[in-house]
Amino acid sequence: MDLSFVILVEIFYAVASLALISAGLAVVFGMMKVINLAHGEFMMMGGYATITAVHLGVNVFVAMLIIAPLIVGLIGLVVERLVIRHLYGRLVDTMLATWGLSLFFIGMATMIFGNTTTSITTPITGFAVGDYQINGYNFFIIFVSAVLLISMYVLLKTTRIGLIARGTMQRSDMAAALGYSPDRIYMATFFCGSALSGLAGAVLAPLVGLVPTSGGAYIAKAFITVIAGGPSLIVGLISSSSLFGVVNQIFTFGISPVFGDVALLISAVILLRLLPQGVTGKFFKGKM
Amino acid sequence: MSRSWGRQDAATIVAAIVLIWLMPLLISTYTLTVLVIYGMLALSLGLIWGFGGILCFGQAAFFGLGAYTYAIAAINVGESTLPMILAVFVPALFAALLGAMMFYGRLTDVYLGVITLVVTLILFKFVNSSAGPQYVIGEARLGGFNGIPGFHTLNIPGQPDEYIWGDALYYVCAVALLAVYFLVTWLLRSSFGRIAIGIRENETRVSLMGYDVRARKTILFAIGAAIAGLAGALFANWGEIVTPGLFSLGQSAEIIIWCIVGGLGTRLGPIIGAAGLAYLKFLLGQQSLIDNTLIMGIILVLFVLFLPKGIVPAVASLWKASFGRRSGRKSAGRRHMRRVDSANG
Repeated sequence: MDLSFVILVEIFYAVASLALISAGLAVVFGMMKVINLAHGEFMMMGGYATITAVHLGVNVFVAMLIIAPLIVGLIGLVVERLVIRHLYGRLVDTMLATWGLSLFFIGMATMIFGNTTTSITTPITGFAVGDYQINGYNFFIIFVSAVLLISMYVLLKTTRIGLIARGTMQRSDMAAALGYSPDRIYMATFFCGSALSGLAGAVLAPLVGLVPTSGGAYIAKAFITVIAGGPSLIVGLISSSSLFGVVNQIFTFGISPVFGDVALLISAVILLRLLPQGVTGKFFKGKM
Repeated sequence: MSRSWGRQDAATIVAAIVLIWLMPLLISTYTLTVLVIYGMLALSLGLIWGFGGILCFGQAAFFGLGAYTYAIAAINVGESTLPMILAVFVPALFAALLGAMMFYGRLTDVYLGVITLVVTLILFKFVNSSAGPQYVIGEARLGGFNGIPGFHTLNIPGQPDEYIWGDALYYVCAVALLAVYFLVTWLLRSSFGRIAIGIRENETRVSLMGYDVRARKTILFAIGAAIAGLAGALFANWGEIVTPGLFSLGQSAEIIIWCIVGGLGTRLGPIIGAAGLAYLKFLLGQQSLIDNTLIMGIILVLFVLFLPKGIVPAVASLWKASFGRRSGRKSAGRRHMRRVDSANG
């Protein structure tokens, strides 16, 4: 009984963290068709922003939920103006340029923070369920990603800003004819995507020891989740992260964490072979 | 046309021999060997990406697979000829299976990138965690994060005690690169290569002409993997150790950067890009003021933004603009020329 509760929490946690990791990339790829391979480094910078702010005496939740997304969003804004905006519509080139950016940020972080592990303690203590110890922070992550997904849905589906953004992504020429500047909308979208990446990195920072190269651990998972999700932004994100999260946890409990990761990757390969357009390319068509 | 090719080939051989002979005067052969190996690795991706249009994010997988195959086989066999052959065939077979799975599923661009990247990651994670004593192939322990040291290095075929190392290894690698270069040249001039370029330009049109695009892409992919495997085996001989780092994302990224910087759609470009950037990295590694990765990142971003075609095509078109006017061809003719050039590289 206790064990099944623990496993249930772990599965929810795995799904939530996958969704959290992938949200920023999903916004940038799903809406702008730009694959941001520097996504992992945006997360890494979110983590560093949090840790630095906490060391300066800021409340940890303020640092995670407000300061880190803002700083990373601003960095994303600069990146968009300098590099990405010249490459819209050239998928492979954006991948290469953002890969270059990711190397650049790794080098930058190494020069500023050094090649050592920094970390902060988790702000929420764990508690015992029967014989098992559960990390209370897991619930916080599940909560954050649920709120995030719901607010993304509400923002895109019900508000005027969301409507304009979706319209621009579908037909930027039409949006321009109606008087909205696609250039600015792309800029704002990229800002939001980067801020989401920063938020994800910040929220996950207390769980991992941060090194300048720790972005690499996220990018592949995020990339796979987003591509496997397919064209619908939020439904795709939820369906693919649920699938991969469950597969990952089953194999983690069954065999070992390494096999959990390997099983996730293999299931992604099989899924893409069967559904080359992603889950929502086949099911839930036309949903958000 | 074939006569001018003959003259070109002769000139290439002469230039290559002079370079092979001259370069050790400038750079130590130990460094040169690895530059040559990287050149071969870059050429393997240059072939499938630049001429076949297959962007593989996991060329490092085949490189690492070649190196590991060599190391494991060398420990079990105790000499180097069979392991070298295996190190070419195992990655090629692996790539043929992977390629068949991808191309017969009609996966393209981004999805192809994801799958090759994922496969590289799977290999990396698996090899990285294989430290336990249960991971044994024959007599070779996989060794996990520590890699496999102490295997039998390259020897003269048939004489297991006559090791090839130091200067001799450099000449072997350089000649191997030259051989691979001519293999690629020959391949691209054959009808197979021409159709591969056709597939890159317009896949639908080629398949409507009745060619089996999927099989051709799979074969090209396997050939690229074979070359990468050979490079991996030579790298294992040079480093005398193989580690999971060979499979890492960073390694894959570097191969792509070499190709972009050197020039896609050329044979010389990737080799020059690889050797040049690897040497630059070697030089940068000797100072500690600026981080190495940072400079590599800046180089990649700048090239994508300002010189997306790479150095070699840019220099070639500059050369043509300043010296090529005499031929007096009109623009239509020039366009035809460019296509032939991209075919000839």
